[in-house]
Amino acid sequence: MARLKGRGVAAVNYPTGMNLGGDPSQALVHATTTGSFVITLSSVDLGQGIKTVAAQICAETLGVPYDTVMVDTADTDTGPHCMGTFASRGTHRIGNAVIMAAREAREVLMSIAATELEVDAGDLVTDGKGRIHVNGAPDKGIAVLDVALAAHFKHGKTISGRGIFLKPKSEVVPETGEMDPDSCQAHACTVAEVEVDDETGEVAVVKMTNAYEIGRAVNPALAHQQIVGGAWMGISHALYETTEPYYPDRSHGPLDFSEYLMPGPGDLAEMDSVIIERPASNGPYGAKGIGEMTANSPIPAIANAIFDACGVRVTSTPITPEKILRGLDALRGQTN
Amino acid sequence: MKHAVVSLTVNGAERQMLVAPGTTLLDALRENQGLTGTRRGCEQGACGSCTVLLDGRTVMSCMVPVETIDEARVDTIEGLTPPQGLHPIQEAFLEGFATQCGFCTSGMIMATAGLLAKNPDPTREDAVRAISGNVCRCTGYEAIIDAVLDAARRVSAAGSARAA
Repeated sequence: MARLKGRGVAAVNYPTGMNLGGDPSQALVHATTTGSFVITLSSVDLGQGIKTVAAQICAETLGVPYDTVMVDTADTDTGPHCMGTFASRGTHRIGNAVIMAAREAREVLMSIAATELEVDAGDLVTDGKGRIHVNGAPDKGIAVLDVALAAHFKHGKTISGRGIFLKPKSEVVPETGEMDPDSCQAHACTVAEVEVDDETGEVAVVKMTNAYEIGRAVNPALAHQQIVGGAWMGISHALYETTEPYYPDRSHGPLDFSEYLMPGPGDLAEMDSVIIERPASNGPYGAKGIGEMTANSPIPAIANAIFDACGVRVTSTPITPEKILRGLDALRGQTN
Repeated sequence: MKHAVVSLTVNGAERQMLVAPGTTLLDALRENQGLTGTRRGCEQGACGSCTVLLDGRTVMSCMVPVETIDEARVDTIEGLTPPQGLHPIQEAFLEGFATQCGFCTSGMIMATAGLLAKNPDPTREDAVRAISGNVCRCTGYEAIIDAVLDAARRVSAAGSARAA
């Protein structure tokens, strides 16, 4: 009886966005009286970090500090439209809409600053720290706060902008089958190393090495966390999760956290993840989507590693100890 | 079965509450005391998001009938948080990106507080065991385990700074 070691590899090309009836998202950006900015979105942050990324993109485009940008995702009834957080689309779609809205707001911001400073708006730059000044003359400037005050109380203007990113629906060319369903594709590869116990059929994922080409990691720490969390979910899909009972009676099916099996803190694999950046021409600052794909390549990589370790090719998930033991029996020419 | 008056020391303050039979510590905290930082997850002791300290030990508050712990000391995430800034454990979770959707976070932090109270210098294995009753569905746990170990260093550094 032995613990058999194996290594498997799998790769994925993953589309950003979807192609049902067109794929739009909108953003509105406006300045408050105190010179902070608010992005209004209907996009939901459920832990993936869209609020952080939207604020980063907005701050970069406006040329103001990140911590002066707030994100309001309060209500999908009253907010600007968003298709939703799915299809790995959030950063790309919403990010592009935020850039568009922030650019329009920046134009107003700079034109009011130019009026206040009595210079041409084309000569002005932002320092990213809350001031606007004449290019090359940092002393000839004005705080964003003072521009906001002047806009509200002197000029009667809103410093605001509207953004909508729309990927129109792509129809299939009937003759060739060609279509353009996504905006760009991210690429990833996983190498899984496993140990298979040939007596119990249990699989331990020892190490996962992940490489992701995602255009630009707008927030590398969030992107890294998506990879690690997604790889964990991949292990879970490959080896643990099912709503079906392992034995014929339906009443054996899992109903809750204590019965629906997923890997816990004691079942983790060592993770080594790298991000490769090849900016997408249509992405916000080059970003593509990294979301669903992180749980994809781990599954076939683990299945391949199990085959490499013990010669058993399992074609349905989860790959349970029972399936491996039956596979090993079949290889030995036994039948149960 | 009658309502009962239960006295607890919640985050250092004496509290009395009138509770119906079978009221859990979780309900007493959230509904009676308004302390909603303690999360209601599975209500069957399987997810750990309602973890609090009961006389210094970590418990899942959904599994504790509050009548059975009269006169006990209970500490929640609200009590851990200082009036200004964050507790070193909270800083470790924040800076280590050990939170995504955040639903499990207060339970994870209280589980860490319980661990560090009895074991200020935990190994990685100790950290894994301490959070093994707590479910996270976002992070894959790696960042949380790292944060528990970082929290141990921060709490110990804060302790020696006070002693000096």
